[in-house]
Amino acid sequence: MRPNIRTEADRSPEFAHWITSLPGAEKIRECMHCGLCSASCPLFAYMDYSPRQLMYLGREGFRDDVLGSFTIWLCTSCYQCTVECPRQIPVTEIMYALKRRAIEEKTYPKRLAIPVLAREFRRMVYDRGRISESWLVMKLMLKTGIHRMFGMVGLGWNLLRTGRFSLRRETIRHRGDLARMLEAVGHDSEVVP
Amino acid sequence: MKKLAYYPGCSLTGTGRAYDESLRAVFAALGEPLEELDDWNCCGATSYMSIDKAKAYALASRNLALAEREEADLLTPCNACYLVLEKTRRHLADSAEMGQRVQHALDAIGLRYEGKVRIRHPLEILTRQIGVERIKEAVKEPLKGLKVAPYYGCQVVRPYATFDDQYDPQTMDQLLKATGAKVVDYPFKTRCCGASQTGTLPKVGLHLVYRLLKEAQDRGADVMAVICSLCQFNLDVYQSKLRRVYDLPPIPILYFPQILGLALGIPADELGIDRCVVSARPVLERRAAHAA
Repeated sequence: MRPNIRTEADRSPEFAHWITSLPGAEKIRECMHCGLCSASCPLFAYMDYSPRQLMYLGREGFRDDVLGSFTIWLCTSCYQCTVECPRQIPVTEIMYALKRRAIEEKTYPKRLAIPVLAREFRRMVYDRGRISESWLVMKLMLKTGIHRMFGMVGLGWNLLRTGRFSLRRETIRHRGDLARMLEAVGHDSEVVP
Repeated sequence: MKKLAYYPGCSLTGTGRAYDESLRAVFAALGEPLEELDDWNCCGATSYMSIDKAKAYALASRNLALAEREEADLLTPCNACYLVLEKTRRHLADSAEMGQRVQHALDAIGLRYEGKVRIRHPLEILTRQIGVERIKEAVKEPLKGLKVAPYYGCQVVRPYATFDDQYDPQTMDQLLKATGAKVVDYPFKTRCCGASQTGTLPKVGLHLVYRLLKEAQDRGADVMAVICSLCQFNLDVYQSKLRRVYDLPPIPILYFPQILGLALGIPADELGIDRCVVSARPVLERRAAHAA
């Protein structure tokens, strides 16, 4: 984390405009800092910025703090903050948008497995239409450090023993359809051109 | 009654197959066998939404369009699928722009979606449509003496409360009570299990899992009942790992239709009972011996 001093030069008006233009996110301007988003967040204790702080930094345009923050990767999308917020700020959906922009701009912390998981997940869905969990986990381990594999031997055995580990590749019949459909949507960029 | 197209989702073909097996067995036993949606695809879960919003909505919408073609509603047991499909349904209804973009994508593969599909959950169908009374009458082997902690997880009640209370959901409680089991008071009913953080950031994810398990045991539960395959995975397969650090006796994690199925007299093998990493057999045998 950077020293806790901010100057005007750290602010990006573009970023402030972008974040408050997300669907429903104009309500960040009405935040009264009650802190219910943070208090209700089950991951709060592990975050560098609390959800409340992150929303505030975002609306004031502190782009690098927000996009480099660990907080957006800790969010599991449990939506507790969203239902608690008395100003109806869609905090979880904003977290999703921040993840998308951080992946696009590659500003996430190094060696973090979460964006790798998201990318491998996307590739598998694109190719086959369905996720085969065993394959996904193995790919994730290959990409984020083979050493993880050793700690997983017991877990793998337990899944094998109970018939829950499968090397079958799940696939839809109309694989080509899916690719054609996703191409037709076009690429969605979070970054303002 | 509108036709239901069963959408198992990817997890139920993999690590969560006991959920699929027990759900099919229970619905068949109640005279309402499940029919699977033909050629369904992955809903996109939380991962796809983290990468591309429009593609994530398009991906989910193919399933809505397939169901609409069959003039059916979707029956969706997994929490993540349930929310993704419900969110997509709402977003396409609310945003004309996204609706058009997605329809353009569906046009490319000869499908249409006009907003006629509802997303239904097995808990909703079992309590509202089939009804708790009918289930009570079908119970052959009451599970008297079994103490169950009901755990719903996040996304079935958040952000939308579609068929149950957002803070204190009751539908699974009702079904468990109908089996004759005792439902213990469990205030962590809808608290996050850590989702995929158990794999990506284990220190963080496993601590959330520990708190849920510990609370269930402190409340006197013999087993936990769950409705989501990721919750089941986290609570079940990491217990031995947690035991290296914490004092945590084993507690079996069962899908609610597994418990319901036992009470309906369906053999344990057909309910995937032995797919639990923490075996449920000792608890179930102890209960049966007590009741006899």
